[in-house]
Amino acid sequence: MSIEVRIPTILRPYTKDQKTVEAAGATLSAVITDLDANYAGLGERLLEKGALRRFINVYVNDEDVRFLGGLEAQIKDGDSITILPAVAGG
Amino acid sequence: MTLEISRTFVDAILEQSRAEYPDECCGVILGPIGSGKALRHKPMLNAAHSPTFYEFDPKDLLSLYREADDNDEEIVVIYHSHTETEAYPSRTDIAYAGEPGAHYVLVSTRKEIAPATEFRSYRIVDGVVTEEEVTITD
Repeated sequence: MSIEVRIPTILRPYTKDQKTVEAAGATLSAVITDLDANYAGLGERLLEKGALRRFINVYVNDEDVRFLGGLEAQIKDGDSITILPAVAGG
Repeated sequence: MTLEISRTFVDAILEQSRAEYPDECCGVILGPIGSGKALRHKPMLNAAHSPTFYEFDPKDLLSLYREADDNDEEIVVIYHSHTETEAYPSRTDIAYAGEPGAHYVLVSTRKEIAPATEFRSYRIVDGVVTEEEVTITD
């Protein structure tokens, strides 16, 4: 089972500057757990109190995971996950 | 560091900030990867439609990054307007700044300085704001 995860610039210090990494898991939650096991600290940058951070966008293929069940979104072999920090401010 | 930007883009950004007042306006300028050159202006929709907040729509955000990837471009400038306050990064601007390599441009249309405007540029890295010079080219 292999899923490609695209890492944004700001999180690449966690992935030794790799732009894409491989991960495994049947749900987004499991994928994030797997990512954090291999790239310590990454999980905390994505999650806050067990939920996806408000200003982190995660897409499965081209769809925003908020419309796919959030952390419970089903992930299958060959899916591509993209993580992008929101461009936002006051 | 200095931001070098053409007069055309500066005028277009200020014009957009006036047109979208009282909401904040936002957008980016892209350039070839590694060049640091601000060459392609792309106004973005402020999905927050707010005078005190801006946010790119998540779908637009993905399209933007895909398009940049396809064109071997990167985001060189991320700009937004402050409608009633100084063109200086707010606490939320600093908290959410997610592109350590970008120039964060702020413009202000606040009344106290009208008809003058402010156009300033910053680096925001790990919560630290550093203002930089802006060189406007013809």
